[in-house]
Amino acid sequence: MTDAAITGVVPPANEPLTTADGRPLKSALARAERMRRVKAMLLVLPLLLFIGVSFLFPIALMLFRSVDNPLVADHMPRTVAALEAWDDRSELPDEAVYAALVADLAEAREDRTIGRLATRLNYETGGLRSTITRTGRRAARLEPPFKEALIDLNEDWANPETFATIKRLGNRLTDVQYLAAVDRRYDVNDNIVAQPEVRQIYVSNFIQTLWMSIIVTVACLVLGYPVAYLLSILPLRYSNVLMILVLLPFWTSLLVRTTSWIVLLQTEGIINDVLVWIGILSDDGRIQLIFNAEGTVIAMTQILLPFMILPLYSVMKTIPPSYTRAAMSLGANRYYAFWRVYAPNTLPGVGAGCLLVFILAIGYYITPALVGGQDGMMISNFIAYHMQRSLNWGLAAALGTILLLGVLILYWVYNKLVGIERLKLG
Amino acid sequence: MLKLPSYASPLERVWHYAFIAICAGVFLFLIAPLIVIIPLSFNSLPYFTFTEEMLSLEKEAFSLRWYEDFWSRDVWRQSILNSLFIAVCSTVLATALGTIAALGLSRPHMPFRAFIMGLLISPMIVPLIITAAGIFFFYAQIGLTGTYLGIILAHTALGTPFVVITVTATLIGFDHSMTRAAAMCGADPTRVFFKVIMPLILPGVISGALFAFVTSFDEVVVVLFVASVEQQTIPRQMWAGIREQISPTILAVATLLIVFSVALLTTIELLRRRSERLRGVTPA
Repeated sequence: MTDAAITGVVPPANEPLTTADGRPLKSALARAERMRRVKAMLLVLPLLLFIGVSFLFPIALMLFRSVDNPLVADHMPRTVAALEAWDDRSELPDEAVYAALVADLAEAREDRTIGRLATRLNYETGGLRSTITRTGRRAARLEPPFKEALIDLNEDWANPETFATIKRLGNRLTDVQYLAAVDRRYDVNDNIVAQPEVRQIYVSNFIQTLWMSIIVTVACLVLGYPVAYLLSILPLRYSNVLMILVLLPFWTSLLVRTTSWIVLLQTEGIINDVLVWIGILSDDGRIQLIFNAEGTVIAMTQILLPFMILPLYSVMKTIPPSYTRAAMSLGANRYYAFWRVYAPNTLPGVGAGCLLVFILAIGYYITPALVGGQDGMMISNFIAYHMQRSLNWGLAAALGTILLLGVLILYWVYNKLVGIERLKLG
Repeated sequence: MLKLPSYASPLERVWHYAFIAICAGVFLFLIAPLIVIIPLSFNSLPYFTFTEEMLSLEKEAFSLRWYEDFWSRDVWRQSILNSLFIAVCSTVLATALGTIAALGLSRPHMPFRAFIMGLLISPMIVPLIITAAGIFFFYAQIGLTGTYLGIILAHTALGTPFVVITVTATLIGFDHSMTRAAAMCGADPTRVFFKVIMPLILPGVISGALFAFVTSFDEVVVVLFVASVEQQTIPRQMWAGIREQISPTILAVATLLIVFSVALLTTIELLRRRSERLRGVTPA
């Protein structure tokens, strides 16, 4: 036995406790705890890194893309520099700017970036695409004074707004995409004004997306509540069988369910056929159920309903039936006992289900794209449109960022109220 | 609970039967769209509705031609292979990464637990279109668009939250003294993992893996954005079919997929029962 071991067992009253090897107990414990934390962290680290690189970083990249604006600054450097001095927006800029513009456009045409440049400016001010490409074609042959030559060529060059657009897009970081995403733009004096009425589409679509998601959520709650209640009061051998009817759609491919809704909802489809057969509709009075918002809401409600029923069920399962019985024996009628005793107890399930359905509904893409048509478009469809068709990636990123922000706020609320690890799957 | 007491008032009776009718209606609403598609896939005519001959159950009205069409077309066969390949690879990756992370997250000493959990679950919550757009920008820069690897990695990220959730759920109430006991008996950490931890969490791991598999097998948005023609998957092919040349072959595929999900559901259900038996949780 060494001295240290002995003092470890019976420490003198005035010295701190130590371990067998003579270190103070406090620091040894802290060290052991730290080691455990590090070990736990090491287990999580691979997935954290993977999610960081393959998921969080790409999303950060998309967020950056919504403010990133290198094109004009890179390919029209002379014009952007010359426009620095242009302050009086009621006057046209001077000859130096026009000369720089001609030089830039000639060069852009030579290295074939002019198409992208024209497209970018065109997003901002309609009609600039042809102005830029046409001017680019002639730029190399123009003679000074360039101001008169360009104005002769195209009257857009006599409009200060054209130059205001170029100057604004000359900044490498820009908020124009966000303004565009909320139907706003800068005017010639760099004041924020509303877009012309025909181009105001996004705010109304955000409202439509919210509105459709709210309807889907409420519909899921109204339909899901009685079913979850029934499942929670039935004996297990019956409720297990009925649960299959909830879980089977949950496990079936989204595209299968969307396909079957197309089959059901078509004008020549089964729902209309049945209605005609019963005699509610005449054969030529078939109703349009597909390619509009109504069809999308119907299909989305069916697709998201299991996400409402499952959390409701798991909460209802924990409410003892004796609560309602106690209320009734104290003189409450069924109605009163249900609303004052049972329903408040189900609120955690209602909150969890509604938030989950709303979060999933607000970002829905596939179903609105296939069933929605023009009318039932949601904001995701616009994002996809700008990603794939118009190739206005900046605007797609700005719309996506706004949507993501909304979803993250809801996710945060969900995490506070419900706790993400209590999410029930199947 | 469903029986009415003999003293129920007429109003209560009405309300009781209305309640049952409402529930039956909702169940019909949930399941009818899946049921309807099955007989239609045996239609001998290229329609999406029941023909009169079908309703009168004439033999000629039914055929297997859409299944034959599905089976004989190379695009469909290739897309099955692609879907399976991508789904299996991403499931293996997601299950491995997710299980290990869940083990870490369930340790009592895990720092910043809630925050990290929130990050790891986020791929499930963020709208797919945003994920797809972000991944598209990222892959375009590093040259992963149009590759199998790119899609597999993206699907792995989408599948891990399910594994983390299911495995963490099985680890609730896990008795950590069992691993310590195994270690005291001389087992090294790998052995402890495979001999003690793994058998206990296996049901959670498998159901997480199934979720990850289905997520990848059913995923179409990321595929639409980053895949080339070479990586056509079944959902991608169905999407194209619905948008472009709609033919009842899609109904045949849909029917096969429904059969597939019935098989999956059965597996999950059996696993759940086994897990409850193992952990001594009596179904309440």
